Amino acid sequence: MSYLYYPGCCCSMKASGKAYEESLMAVLKKLGVTLEELKDWNCCGATMYMAIDQMQAFGMASRNLALAEQQCPNKTPELMAPCSACYVVMNKTKHFIEDYKEQVGTPIRNALKEAGFTYTGKTKVRHPLDILVNDIGLDKIRQHVKKPLKGLKVASYYGCLLVRPYSEFDDVHYPRSMDNLMEALGASSLEWPLKTRCCGGSMTGTVEDAGLRLSYIILNEAERRGADVVVTACPFCQTNLECFQQRIQRKSKGGISDLPILFFTQLVGYAMGIPERELGFHRLFVPFHFSPKQVVTEGVE
Amino acid sequence: MQQETPKQIRFVGKLDPDFVQKMWRGWKKVKFEEEMDPQFAEKVASYPGCNTLFDCIQCGTCSGICPMGSFMEYAPRKIVGMIRAGFKGEVLTSYTTWLCASCYACTVECPKNIKITDIMYALKQLAIKEHMHPRRLPIPVLARQFFEIVKKFGRNNEGKVVINMYFRTNPLLPLRNLIMGIKLYLRGRIAFTQDKIQNIPQLTKILNTVKM
Amino acid sequence: MKDQHVHHFEHTDVKVGVYVCHCGINIASKVNVHEVVEFAKNLPNVTVATEYKFMCSDAGQDIIVQDIRSGKVNRVIVASCSPLMHEITFRNATQHGGINPYFFQMANIREHVSWVTAEKEDATVKAKALVAAAVHRVSKHTSLEKKYFPVNPNVLVVGGGIAGIQAALTIANAGKKVYLVEREPTIGGHMAKFDKTFPTLDCAACILTPKMSQVRSHPNITLWTYAEVENVSGYVGNFTVQVKHKKRYINADTCIGCKACVDACIGPENIPDEFNEGLSYRKPVYMPFPQATPSVVIIDENSCYHFTKGGCPPDFSSKNGHLSPQLQSLLRRANECFELRDFQETLKLTKEILKSSPEHQETLFLHAQTLYQLGMINEATEVMRNVMVKERCVAACPKGSVDLYQTEAISEIQVGAIIIATGFKTFQGERTTQYGYKRYPNVFTSLEIERLVNASGPTGGEIVLRDGKTKPKSVAILHCVGSRDLHSNRYCSRVCCMYSLKLAHLIKERTGAEVYNFYIDMRTPGKGYEEFYEKLCHENVHFIRGRAAEVTDWVLSKAELGKLVVRAEDTLLGMVRRVPVDMVVLSVGLEPQTDAEEVRRKFNISCSKEGWFLERHPKLAPVNTFTDGIFLAGACQGPKDIPDTVAQAGAAAAEALALIDIGYVEMEPNTAFITEENCSGCRICVALCPYTAITTDPVKLISVVNPALCKGCGTCVAACPSGAAQQNLFTDEQIFEEIEGVLEYV
Repeated sequence: MSYLYYPGCCCSMKASGKAYEESLMAVLKKLGVTLEELKDWNCCGATMYMAIDQMQAFGMASRNLALAEQQCPNKTPELMAPCSACYVVMNKTKHFIEDYKEQVGTPIRNALKEAGFTYTGKTKVRHPLDILVNDIGLDKIRQHVKKPLKGLKVASYYGCLLVRPYSEFDDVHYPRSMDNLMEALGASSLEWPLKTRCCGGSMTGTVEDAGLRLSYIILNEAERRGADVVVTACPFCQTNLECFQQRIQRKSKGGISDLPILFFTQLVGYAMGIPERELGFHRLFVPFHFSPKQVVTEGVE
Repeated sequence: MQQETPKQIRFVGKLDPDFVQKMWRGWKKVKFEEEMDPQFAEKVASYPGCNTLFDCIQCGTCSGICPMGSFMEYAPRKIVGMIRAGFKGEVLTSYTTWLCASCYACTVECPKNIKITDIMYALKQLAIKEHMHPRRLPIPVLARQFFEIVKKFGRNNEGKVVINMYFRTNPLLPLRNLIMGIKLYLRGRIAFTQDKIQNIPQLTKILNTVKM
Repeated sequence: MKDQHVHHFEHTDVKVGVYVCHCGINIASKVNVHEVVEFAKNLPNVTVATEYKFMCSDAGQDIIVQDIRSGKVNRVIVASCSPLMHEITFRNATQHGGINPYFFQMANIREHVSWVTAEKEDATVKAKALVAAAVHRVSKHTSLEKKYFPVNPNVLVVGGGIAGIQAALTIANAGKKVYLVEREPTIGGHMAKFDKTFPTLDCAACILTPKMSQVRSHPNITLWTYAEVENVSGYVGNFTVQVKHKKRYINADTCIGCKACVDACIGPENIPDEFNEGLSYRKPVYMPFPQATPSVVIIDENSCYHFTKGGCPPDFSSKNGHLSPQLQSLLRRANECFELRDFQETLKLTKEILKSSPEHQETLFLHAQTLYQLGMINEATEVMRNVMVKERCVAACPKGSVDLYQTEAISEIQVGAIIIATGFKTFQGERTTQYGYKRYPNVFTSLEIERLVNASGPTGGEIVLRDGKTKPKSVAILHCVGSRDLHSNRYCSRVCCMYSLKLAHLIKERTGAEVYNFYIDMRTPGKGYEEFYEKLCHENVHFIRGRAAEVTDWVLSKAELGKLVVRAEDTLLGMVRRVPVDMVVLSVGLEPQTDAEEVRRKFNISCSKEGWFLERHPKLAPVNTFTDGIFLAGACQGPKDIPDTVAQAGAAAAEALALIDIGYVEMEPNTAFITEENCSGCRICVALCPYTAITTDPVKLISVVNPALCKGCGTCVAACPSGAAQQNLFTDEQIFEEIEGVLEYV
């Protein structure tokens, strides 16, 4: 199995989602998946860009799709975008080019042609979660588990953009794929209703209180239901829920206590026995500890 | 907005001038048809995916599901209603569109498949085009910074964008967030060097061709 | 009846009258009518060309009649609307004038011209071409006669809900024989599940069960339950229908409904009861509900031990434990050997059993033994079953009605008319995942609540949560679940607002709970409906105008702990509300039956996009289908409440009666015919005919069209390689002339 890899600005080696990239690489390597980075990729044109000029945003995203076609001329390029925002924007671009031929499709195709591309729309944009669950399969992952996470209560937090509105691999209201993945690792997954509720996204940087409030709701509910850890699939969510945790604690007057927020790939790698250093655990604000002792106390209770 | 001045209204008997003034202001709650922009809805609908706004039955699902709804002055349902009625000024100057976190909850839930998130994007673009966006709100500033940097280099730099935004809105904020910044830096999660793509002319060409 | 093979050369002295209609401004605003008239005057054979505001009016028709009577014309062209609309009107006028009605031809200059053409000039040009074509064509028309066929006076009603019951009773009361076929084990349909009906709140059972027993006892009604229509052939007035009687494993004619078998059954008792929407459990043999009609039990072959395990297991329960442990183990072992087909061992064990328990049927055993020795293994097996494990229901039945070896049977009946009343199904709540049906136990569908409210339901009328005992203190009713939603169904289901109000009233009355209605628009059009809504407003029921965004259980305040929270915008107040409740009721919409498409094909009728059966005209022929002799009643045609369903059932019955009472059907003469001398007997047409109207003459070896079955579709005419197949009103000559008319002008 091989995929094209689109790091995106937030996941790239320099930004806040660094641990995501490290753990993703380590896990896929272990599972025998080869990745090839998309050559000369550019920003996906995510939310902020779209607010200023939507057509240019589509133009940016479509350049990546066209680059993928150029790089894989003989097969269907499968472009792995680990960031939910990149994932949704590139999928949205694909849909808009098809659905609104006159308004979007023709101008974008023309622009790409002028820049020397041929765009056929065959590039598939995939999310690592989709790949892990549906391409690699839970059975294979189960075989690789060295340290089963028995007794660990995991709240799977998909984030708003992963399963809606353009992805097709899971239910939009109550997705299950990440829960199934966590259960394959031996953890017990928490049934909770906020799986796809917005974490506040970019709001935390601008209108801070609004953003923090949304994060607080998610952290509070996860904690109330006894989660040991929240796993997420989006660098935005991870930053929001983790880096701002202290501030949320202050605002909510101690309403929540420390809760580790991990990328789902970190936990997969952890269960597979990959060293913590390679998974970027040292980059966490709230450290994650898992000891089998937890299992014993759970059992006694 | 053309309205009569208070002097032209005569009250019978003596009334407290303050009260008169208040009653006068009450008139602002009445919306005159000549203040509307009858073409506004069509203009918004001309953006890709936005003509679905005419399907709205005002059921309120979008406002009910919106996680940011409680911070908005007009909830998404109202915005759609106001677009259709032609409340151009109110819609384009409101914070609402800028508070949309674009989580697509409304788009997914809408029973009439209205792409509300895309309508919000259309409104943001219109507001900027018509220079009507709220001036002191940091979100448009951040968006603008993001836009400029990405357009120039092809890639984003979180650190740079955020710091630029802080200096343009509230220069005291960076101080407040200094500790967080240091923490991020120590963990290798922030960078200040600008990453850029090789073929910038190609990207510029695409962007200039599709300019709206 | 005129011989179709003879052509009458009556057009030697053709005098054509052309009448152009303004249709108010429908035509005149786009077509220059005067120009068309002037143009028509110069066409060959035209003696009269004139225009009129409304040709279809009495005065308009009178112009035609007078012109024919005064000898000015003997062929008539009306250039107006679609033939679907007024062809019959003008044919009648033509006949009234004194000539054959088929000397008339219509030119459609409204639907085909004025309504669809943008430019006035273009419209006028096209209108002229169509008029020219009609003028050319009509000169080749021949005089034709309608055909008449006798009608079978029996009627088939498909579906035994309130629609089917009402239609069947109306027709039976008129003295006609009715076959009522219902696929469930009992008639009554959805209405039998309800407790009260809106807006009068009278008890559904009180008004429905008398009708059900009338159906049962009516001398003119043959009631077949647990039966399905298998095949329909024939045509209006003469349908042949095959009805399949499914395996009920009970002889419905002798069963008296004493339920001795139900008491005796030792089968699993945990099968969800379909009638109670799975809120209670039943045995494999059961009576759907106490007032089931006919009062006959049914055996469910998916759970009965006879079918799943090969027979009732020996009764080891202490309840009737007259068997010694030793005998029990013997029986068990014998049973196992029998399953393994080890008959030698089984026989040995059976002998031992018989030794210790002589009351077992020894003779049967000996019989089996003999059969076995003769090598008749299958027969031996059959008998052995009776020795080994006697089914409890068979033993308990006083009338010998249990027949576990029942086979499917087919009845063939002849009917003149068919009424389809197959009803609807409710929307599956789990399809709207945001409301958490099946994820949160205390989210119910409205049909489940109907059963809970019902005095003869699983809780005896107590409204309780899924745990079976707690009364809810607050209930949210969510309207429009599966309706007005592009993710499920676009249409409004019509009944949900009213039944939600009814349920709100009943819940309030029975539990005193706070009731919240979340609605998009309150739709209460109907006699007494708005008054019912007013009544509810006075009962302190909360109405929140806003579609519920989600049902969830995340908590923001103490009061919400352990409750379900409904989040919605109160659009009238412009505020988002979080309402914590104990119970959520999803007012699910109505959907076409799952197999509507199959039924549609069986009866050769049409469906709308959503799957509802299509009426011939939404206003003027609401119970007719596009297939003559087949009528619609009730919710199979579209969502409907009980009053509307009953009214429509009456209308369908009246239409069916009108058809069978006159005794014959009239058929248009535009059928196909075979010119004998041209037919080579290749039989291409026989295979192609969609109405099986063409057969091969065994003597002459040529094709023959049965005019009673022919619908005039023209398939055979187009397919015939030798041009032997022709169609009245569409002969080659007429069509070529028509084409020539258009081309000549253009």
